[in-house]
Amino acid sequence: MYITTNKALIAAALALACSGGAAAQTASSSPSTPAAEAHPKYGFGTNITDDDLKQFVSPLPDGRGLPSGSGTVMQGQKVYTQQCLACHGVNLEGGIGDRLVGGRGSLAKSSQGGAPVKTVESYWPYATTLFDYIKRAMPFTTPNSMSNDDVYAVTAYILSKANIIPDDATLNQQSLPKVVMPNHDGFKPANR
Amino acid sequence: MKNSADSAVLPSSKISPQRLQELEAGFLQAEQQDPSSPYYRGSNPVESPHGMPKRRRFMLGAMAVLGGAGAHRAAPAASPGSIERTVPPDATKVQGVGVAVDDGGYGRRSQFETEVRTRYATKTTESSWSFTPLQNSMGIITPSGLHYERHHGGIATIDPSSHHLYVHGMVKQAKKFSMADLKRYPMLSRLMFMECSGNGLTEWAKPTLKTVQGTHGLTSTSEWVGVPLSTILDEVGLRPGAKWLLAEGGDAAVMTRSIPIEKAMKDCLLAYGQNGEAIRPEQGYPLRLFVPGYEGNMSIKWLRRLEISDQPFMTREETSKYTDLMPDGTALQFSFLMEAKSVITYPSGEMLLQKPGFYEISGLAWSGRGAIKRVEVSVDGGKNWRDATLHGPVLPICHTRFTLPWEWDGKEAILQSRCTDETGYVQPTIKKLVDERGLSSVYHLNGIQSWKVAASGEVSNVHHY
Repeated sequence: MYITTNKALIAAALALACSGGAAAQTASSSPSTPAAEAHPKYGFGTNITDDDLKQFVSPLPDGRGLPSGSGTVMQGQKVYTQQCLACHGVNLEGGIGDRLVGGRGSLAKSSQGGAPVKTVESYWPYATTLFDYIKRAMPFTTPNSMSNDDVYAVTAYILSKANIIPDDATLNQQSLPKVVMPNHDGFKPANR
Repeated sequence: MKNSADSAVLPSSKISPQRLQELEAGFLQAEQQDPSSPYYRGSNPVESPHGMPKRRRFMLGAMAVLGGAGAHRAAPAASPGSIERTVPPDATKVQGVGVAVDDGGYGRRSQFETEVRTRYATKTTESSWSFTPLQNSMGIITPSGLHYERHHGGIATIDPSSHHLYVHGMVKQAKKFSMADLKRYPMLSRLMFMECSGNGLTEWAKPTLKTVQGTHGLTSTSEWVGVPLSTILDEVGLRPGAKWLLAEGGDAAVMTRSIPIEKAMKDCLLAYGQNGEAIRPEQGYPLRLFVPGYEGNMSIKWLRRLEISDQPFMTREETSKYTDLMPDGTALQFSFLMEAKSVITYPSGEMLLQKPGFYEISGLAWSGRGAIKRVEVSVDGGKNWRDATLHGPVLPICHTRFTLPWEWDGKEAILQSRCTDETGYVQPTIKKLVDERGLSSVYHLNGIQSWKVAASGEVSNVHHY
């Protein structure tokens, strides 16, 4: 028996008694949690406020959750040179890190049989994802170390080198979610 | 198969299949001289004065790393997880090792057991993965120290006394929970497999890696213990319209995936226990999400935050990485489910059957949809199938051990296994998957594996339809 709380044992016993059927342990298709009814509130844990959450960033594609700040392509070039170039290459062609630009039109299987080139430019469907990922996980050797301004700036630089936004663009909370990525419509749910 | 091998795309590393094969060959060369290895070739075993085969001393680094170039010591040492003890000529004539004399109170495996996880040769060790040695597996549970790994920013080291899980977003009361808080909730325990969606990624176009560890080693089973996620979501109270949940890790990758609320409420677990003890650092100590039956990367390790939303966050891992590119250039997204799959672990690639006679074919089957109902085995490349014995416990979303007795007549044979789960889903051929999805997609290969047994007794990885 995998359920060990008294409450759940009673519930399982009742279920057995009522249905004569499937308990949680063996070959039921869904090892769902013990009680179908709402759990009681136990009152454990500590209430938190927005202040407690300021340390976290997780934007949605529509821009909700993006922090304040801004950056230009030109600023981003400096950030890229200092923080990104060593792994992603002088022309964003990749190295230890992924290739970031190019590859448009390469995703579909062609008669030439070339391998698809999946980059920010050719594959990523949302610009907010780029900000999010750089903010949380880059640069690889000193992750989560860049200011929001620097992340907006280097996001702008990459998107400009990918010919998605102009060289004089500025990205911020308002403008970043408006960027339409080339492969925006390239995804569909797998339904499995 | 007519597909060009060159069209196989190996992610992350851009490493060539040839390089992987070279590294695996190095691993096998050492194994073939080890009498305790399933790959032992039996050639000129050196007899010790007391009639026991002299065990090859474990070479750190030579075996443990499929692709770790030169970074390891090459000095002989105890095999990982063991204590090297003197072997007496007759263990009945001397006292053994006293209780807690040399193990610090934490037991180890025998010094004669050498199987280890092997690492895939990605460019960095921090963003990399390692394979469970399925060729040595017994029963259904994977020892915690051999559970496969996939890290995106290395193994985080976290003090549980200062770790919190933040839960916020579309909730009635945002909260944070210490580990002590979480352990006060009623627990749930289940034996469940976890599989990386990249398991088998080298095997789409043609057989590439030679051993079952390389072709199938990104699946493992543990007993997972923790709090049902639904308990915590009920504690904070979901607001109307809540549809997705972002799970975020506290590692250097701050790994994130969006999980449908329906799944979160159904059977997800906030796991702090694995196989009777705290989960291992490689598995997300002190807390990981466990998403039963779904691709392993969704089971976020070092879990620090859950944010409830009305839509998916479209993180890097669920857009640019763990998506399945189709031949028409579109990609399938949120391909969560690990569909039914099985593999023969004995005999398997690179083993040697010394002579004709009785062999017990043995393997594992599993399905993200539920319990395994049936495993069939063919020894003639799929012409004839026989039902294998399923060894209990047969549990939903869990490795299931199967066996079939086999009298090998010394002629060439093709061994295959095909499983069916309780929903009636039947494991497909690799060809069927390639026909449906093409070769641009590297994830979710659950096709039937073929092992060729040559008349010489040598077993090799082949594609056979």
